[in-house]
Amino acid sequence: MKRDILDRLVAAKAAATPVAIVTDLNSGLQSLVLDDAVHGAFGLEPEILEEVRRRIRQDRSGVLTDPQDEDGFRLFVHVHNPAMRLLIVGAVHIAQALAPLAVLSGYDVTVIDPRGAFATEARFPGIKLNHDWPDEGLTALAPDVRTAIVTLSHDPKLDDPALIAALRSPAFYVGALGSKRTHALRLDRLRDEGLSEAQVKRIRGPVGLSIGAVTPAEIALSILGQITCVRRGENHPC
Amino acid sequence: MNDTLMADNIIEQAAVWRSAGRKVALATVIATWGSSPRPVGSQMAVDEAGAMAGSVSGGCIESAVAHEAAKTMEDGEPRLLSFGITNEMAWEVGLACGGQVQVYVEAVE
Repeated sequence: MKRDILDRLVAAKAAATPVAIVTDLNSGLQSLVLDDAVHGAFGLEPEILEEVRRRIRQDRSGVLTDPQDEDGFRLFVHVHNPAMRLLIVGAVHIAQALAPLAVLSGYDVTVIDPRGAFATEARFPGIKLNHDWPDEGLTALAPDVRTAIVTLSHDPKLDDPALIAALRSPAFYVGALGSKRTHALRLDRLRDEGLSEAQVKRIRGPVGLSIGAVTPAEIALSILGQITCVRRGENHPC
Repeated sequence: MNDTLMADNIIEQAAVWRSAGRKVALATVIATWGSSPRPVGSQMAVDEAGAMAGSVSGGCIESAVAHEAAKTMEDGEPRLLSFGITNEMAWEVGLACGGQVQVYVEAVE
């Protein structure tokens, strides 16, 4: 890999810009493909470039071969997308365990809690903190299909508006802490707010995989396990 | 957070090592068949002293890949390695973790 390509790749990743490195496996030449630009050692045919950009959108690295000629081109497309995001509402004890676990698993984590005494650097070293009201904070962070959202505050004043905002987004995971009874009451309140049955059914609650978790760290593990299962576990019950 | 454990910073580690003047090679999983332990796109950086960051399997082939990476650091030539399958390169290192993988090894210039 040429230094120029490496530096551009590091810069794109630091700026959270989707990017792919295309390597010609026959020659070793490489190009870097962005949404609006191509840098590097060899030109790409328009249809190949379109396929590379499609793969960036699908987050799918892999080898492209020439359909016409088995001795033809062999290109490895390596997609580097920004980290998946986890937005945690409620800077509570479970969040203190969940945030670092999720960082370790590659998530870009933000903890949202307007209560200054909870969302502190001392309690969440190195984690991004947001002190807005959860619905405003969530909406401003524009959750997308690569975002998971979990509410942990146990306080309907914080969790309910957050869930309403979460359910209006395409987030791939929405979870809410609370017992079966708490969750049933929560769903009633959300229905009263006008959310449809299909919308409230998106909420994973009681949150987390059923592994008998007791401590905050174990509950955090069960939540991250469930997020992983929803993200990766085709045909697995989550 | 311990940066060496974080999921996706192999490229950054390679850049840091290279900037420090060390020879560096990057190994990338480009194709897998069966139950191979790490998906396409998984990477490992190796420096001239044999330091490794990241992984391309569950620990089965890292030493063999690092050995080839040292050759690539020397001659600058990329290498395409296959594990768990028999081919013309006569690579017969089995994947104890199961499955088959192809690994592309390149020098960081």
